[in-house]
Amino acid sequence: MKVSLSWLQAYVDVNLKVDELAEALTMAGLEVEAVTDRYEYLNTVRVGRIVNVTPHPNADTLKLCDVNIGGSTISVVCGAPNVKTDMLAPCALPGTVFPRGIVLEKSTIRGKTSEGMLCSEHELGLGENGRGIMELDSRLSEGNSLNKALGLSDSVLEIDLTPNRPDCLSIIGIAREVAALSGEKVTYPEISLPKSTDDIAKRTSVTLLDVDLCPRYAAGLVFNIAVKPSPFWLQDRLMSVGLKPINNIVDITNFVMMETGQPLHAFDFDRLAENRIVVRTARENETFVTLDGKERRLDPEMLMICDGEKPVALAGVMGGLNSEIENATTNILLESAYFDPVCTRKTSKKTGLSTDASHRFERGVDPGGTVTALKRALQLIVDIADSKCIQGIIDEYPSPVPGKTVEVNIQRLNRHLGTRLDDKAIENYLDAIEFDVEKIDSVTFRVTPPSFRVDISRFEDITEEIARLFGYNNIETTFPLIPADARHPDKKIESTYRIKTIMAGLGFSEAINYSFISQQSCDYLELPEDDPKRKLVQILNPISEDQSVMRTSLIPGLLQTMKYNLSQQNKNLKIYEIGHAFFDTGKTDRQPDEVEMLTGLWTGNRIDATWYSKEVACDFFDMKGIVEELLKNIGIANAAFTRMPANSCFYTKPGHTAQVIFENEPVGLVGEVAPKVIRNYDLKQTAFIFELNLGRLVQSIPDTKSARPIPKFPATSRDITLIIDNDIETYKIIYSVESFQEELVENLHLFDVFESDPIPKGKKSVSLRVTYRSSKETLEDNRVNDIHKNITARLMKTFDATLPAI
Amino acid sequence: MEKTIEQIHREALEEIESARDAEDVKSISIKYLGRKGAVTQFLRNVSNLPAQIRPEAGKKANETKKDLDALFKKTLMHLESSSRETDDRIDVSLPGRVTPRGSLHPITQINQKICDIFIRLGFDVAEGPEVETDYYNFEALNIPQNHPARDMQDTFYISNAIVLRTHTSPTQPRIMEKQRPPVRIVAPGKVYRCDSDLTHTPMFHQVEGLLVDRNISFGDLKGILTTFVHQMFDPETGLRFRPSYFPFTEPSAEVDIRCVICKGSGCRVCSNTGWLEVLGSGMVHPAVFENVGYDTTRYSGFAFGMGVERIAMLKYGIDDIRKYFENDLRFLRQF
Repeated sequence: MKVSLSWLQAYVDVNLKVDELAEALTMAGLEVEAVTDRYEYLNTVRVGRIVNVTPHPNADTLKLCDVNIGGSTISVVCGAPNVKTDMLAPCALPGTVFPRGIVLEKSTIRGKTSEGMLCSEHELGLGENGRGIMELDSRLSEGNSLNKALGLSDSVLEIDLTPNRPDCLSIIGIAREVAALSGEKVTYPEISLPKSTDDIAKRTSVTLLDVDLCPRYAAGLVFNIAVKPSPFWLQDRLMSVGLKPINNIVDITNFVMMETGQPLHAFDFDRLAENRIVVRTARENETFVTLDGKERRLDPEMLMICDGEKPVALAGVMGGLNSEIENATTNILLESAYFDPVCTRKTSKKTGLSTDASHRFERGVDPGGTVTALKRALQLIVDIADSKCIQGIIDEYPSPVPGKTVEVNIQRLNRHLGTRLDDKAIENYLDAIEFDVEKIDSVTFRVTPPSFRVDISRFEDITEEIARLFGYNNIETTFPLIPADARHPDKKIESTYRIKTIMAGLGFSEAINYSFISQQSCDYLELPEDDPKRKLVQILNPISEDQSVMRTSLIPGLLQTMKYNLSQQNKNLKIYEIGHAFFDTGKTDRQPDEVEMLTGLWTGNRIDATWYSKEVACDFFDMKGIVEELLKNIGIANAAFTRMPANSCFYTKPGHTAQVIFENEPVGLVGEVAPKVIRNYDLKQTAFIFELNLGRLVQSIPDTKSARPIPKFPATSRDITLIIDNDIETYKIIYSVESFQEELVENLHLFDVFESDPIPKGKKSVSLRVTYRSSKETLEDNRVNDIHKNITARLMKTFDATLPAI
Repeated sequence: MEKTIEQIHREALEEIESARDAEDVKSISIKYLGRKGAVTQFLRNVSNLPAQIRPEAGKKANETKKDLDALFKKTLMHLESSSRETDDRIDVSLPGRVTPRGSLHPITQINQKICDIFIRLGFDVAEGPEVETDYYNFEALNIPQNHPARDMQDTFYISNAIVLRTHTSPTQPRIMEKQRPPVRIVAPGKVYRCDSDLTHTPMFHQVEGLLVDRNISFGDLKGILTTFVHQMFDPETGLRFRPSYFPFTEPSAEVDIRCVICKGSGCRVCSNTGWLEVLGSGMVHPAVFENVGYDTTRYSGFAFGMGVERIAMLKYGIDDIRKYFENDLRFLRQF
C-alpha cells in the first residue's frame, strides 16, 4: 500500500516529520517498508538551455536542438511548436521513467540521434499542458535536476499491511491511524449530491439471488457523461501513489477505492441487457470474457454480476469486456457492493486473477461504507464528467450485518497485558480509533468497533488495540511466575546431540541437505521397482524436478554433497547427516511415515601424505570402525555386523557390505558404494557409507550407566590359532566363544587373520587372544589351561577347524 | 717419598673435576684404578708398610678405591647422558599427528544454543512431524481455508489435506492436545516454503516456543524474549516489540533487535533501518486454545518462533543463505 504525504494531508494534519510518521506507523503495526520521494523520477530530468534550433533535414515538423544540460551539450530531436533558442525547458535523459510508465531510451528519429527528450508538463506528470514543451523560469540554472530546481518533493510511504487490516487499504484508513497516533481528527470529505431528477426504480433494478455471497449491493445511475481524460488534480493524486490515469470514469473509481477502500465498478448502462443487475452464482460450464480479453470457465462457486441475460462481471474480481466503459459511453451504472471474502478469494485463486478489488474484498471491505463510497464517486462524476443527471441510488441490503460488540473487563485486560491502565485511559484509546464505548459498571465496558474494523470480534482483539496504542515498548517487561515442574528431557533429542558431538570427535562434519530429492534418485541408487525406498511422497507443486519428491534415504543427498565437494577440489570427505526419510503409506490424505536416519559418507584418504606417512585411502574397515566406535560411545554393546544378504541392498557393493544388527533386528548397513551408483552420480572416486535407523538406535541406548568394580586379581591370557574355511565369518568364532558362557573368559581379542601360504587354499588362519580372569582369586595355570583346551576343542568341532602345523 | 693415599685421592679428585668427556674419565680411571694405577699400586704395597700403620692404610686405600670407582662411574654416566641430551633432537616444528575433529553444522550449533537458553528458563524440548496435516499446520492455528493469511506462507502440498509444514507452529496444538497446562516447550525443526531465491531457500529451520499457564501476560512474553535475546546476542542488545499479525496470536508482536552489524546506524544487513527482525511472537489466540480444549478464561500464554538461519547469519556473519545447504567442506569446517 502506497500513501503519498500530499494525499494523506487532505484528510489529517500531519504534525510529524516523515521519518517520525513512518516510525509511529511501524510501531502501531503498520510497517513502513520504505519512504521514497514520488518525484525521484525527475532526478534524470535536467533543466536544459536550448542553445541552437535547426530544422530536421528529413521531417518538416521536427527540429534539431542543441541543449546545454550543464557542462555538456546534447542534441535532441523535438517536435514541439514552442521550442526556441535560449528557452529553458526540462530535458529528460535516457533511463528516465515517466509517471505513465514509459522509459526513455536514446533513439534515432528520422536518421538523427536524439540523446534526450524535451518534455511537456503532461509527459512529466506535472500538469495538463501537453501541447508544447514546458517553459521553465529563465532564472533557473541549466544542469540542475528538475525536482531540485522546482522544489518538488512529496514523500511516499510504502506500507506492508498485514492481512487483518483491510481498513488501512485506503488513504482515509491510514489517516485514521495517523489521527489516533498523533491526537488529531480525520476530516472526511464532504459529499453533497444534487437531488435526483428521476426515480431510479423506473430505470433499473438490482436482484440479489445469493445474499450470503453478496449481502449488500448499491448501484448509482448517471446519464449523459463524457468520457475523457481526468483533470490534472485527479491524475496527480493517482500518480502520487503509482496508479496510471486512464479516463475520468476509471480514474474516479480508482480514486474512490484508494480514498475509501471500497472498490467500485462502472458498467456501460446501455450495454446491460434489460438494463438491470442480477447477482447470482455462475452456472456449471458457463464462460465469460473478462476485461483482459481472456475467456474464463466458470463454476457454481463463483459469484457473477449479470444483466438480464448474461454475466457482466466476475463479482469483486474483474469486469467483463461486454459492459466495459468505452469512449462513446454516455450512461453508466456504478456498482458499490460488499462481496463475501471467502467467495472472492476462491474466485480469484481459481481464475488466477488478483486485482486491487479482489485484494480488498477477500480481506473484507467496510459493509457500512458501501453507499458513502458510491455517493463520493457520483459526486466526482457530477463535478468532472459534465453530468448533471444523477438518477438516484439503489441500496439492496436485505439483512444488514449486525454490529459486533465485545465486553471488556478492565482487570482482565490489564492482567492479560501486564499493564495498570485505568478506565479513562482505555476509553481514550478506544475513542481515538472510533470505537464506541459503553460503560456497564466500574470495570466493564461494552465496546462496539466501527464497521470498517472487520478484524475486531473478541476480547483479545481489543487488548491488541490497547497494547499497540499504549505502545508495546511501554508495557513493563516482567518474568512469568511459573511452577517448578521439571520433566525428563526427551531421550531422542538428547541422544541425537550426543551422537553429533561423537561424530565430530570421530572427524565427521555435519551436512544438511534438502529433504526433497529428484525422482531419478531411485534409479541412480539402482533400486528395483518394488524397493520400499520407492514409496516416494510426491510434492504437488515442487520448485523443480530435482526437488520433487521427499527423500526415502539420505544417501542421494550425501552423494550430491560428495559430488559438489569433488568439484570444489575437496577430495577427502568425512560427512554425515541426521534427518528424516519419508515413506508414503499408500493412503491419500495420510501423513507419510517419517523415519529419522543417521547416514555417513567417507571418501578419499584415511591418512593424507605427510612427513610421517604415505597417503592411505580409506576402506570398508575405516567406516566400520567409525560405526563401532559410535555405538560403543553411546552405550550400545551388542551390535553385530553380518554379511548383507544377497539382493537386499542395491546401492552398495555386494560382498563389501555389512548389515548392522542389534537385538536380532537389522538397523542399518556399512558398505562401499556400488560402482554403478558411483558412475550414475558421475563421481570419480569410490566412497564408503553407513546408514542407521536413528530412532531404533536411540531405543537401544541404555538409560542409565552403572559402574563396574575394577578387577582386583590379575588376568592371564592364552592364544588360539585355528585354520578354518575361508567362508566362515570371523565374528562367528567370537560369538561362539561368547555362547559357551565361560564365566572366567573376560575378553576376546582377534589379533591375526592370515590366508596365504603356508595356509592351504580356501582356508584362513585366525588367531584369538582369550583373557581369563576371576573376580575372586588369582587363577592357577592348570585351571586356565583346562578351560582353554576345552574352548579350543569346542571351536574346532564347531567350525571343523584344525590347528596350525608348527 | 711415596705419596700418601690421601694425596692420591686428592689428585684424582682434581683430575676428574677437569674431565671434559667420557674419554678423559676413562683414562683417569685407568691412571688410578687400572692394573698399574696409583691406587692399585698403593694397595699392592700395603703389605710392605710397617705393621702398626698397615691396617689403617689398607682400610683407607680400599675406601679410596671404592669412593673413586663410584665417582668415576657417576661422572661417566653424567657426561654420557648429557651428551645424549644435547645431540639427540627432534624437529619440533614438524606438524603433530592428528585425526582432525569434524564439525557440527552451524544450524545445529545455533539450534542448540537457542534450546539451551530456553532449557535454562525451564522449557522442555519437543519435536513434531515435518509433513503435516492441513489441520495442524493451518486450521488448528486459526488459519481457515481461503483465509488471506494463507498467502503469508507459500505452501508445498502433498495432497489437499497434507502439506510440508510451513512453520514449526503445528507443534503448539499437537503439544497442547497431549498435555494440560502448565506447558513450557520449545520445538526446533525443519520447515518448508515454496520459495527459492537469493534470500530464501525452500527448506529452513525454525524454533517454536510456547508457554501456557494461569495469569501469563504480554509483559511476561517480553520478559522471556528479552532474556533470550540478551543471552543469545549480548546483554547490551537493544530490542523493541512491534505490533504485527499472526492468525494464531493476539496481540501479536515482531521482535526487532538493534542491528548487530552497524549497531543501529544503518547498513545493508538491516536495510538501513538499524533494526533486525528476529522473532515473531504473541499471546496465544483464544481460537487456538478452543481448538485444543483449553479453557480461555483460566489460561493464557504466549508463543514465539524464530528462524535459525537468520540468527546464525547474524552470529557468524554468513551472507548467503544457500551456503547452509551446499555443504562445502570448507564452509562446514569453519564452525
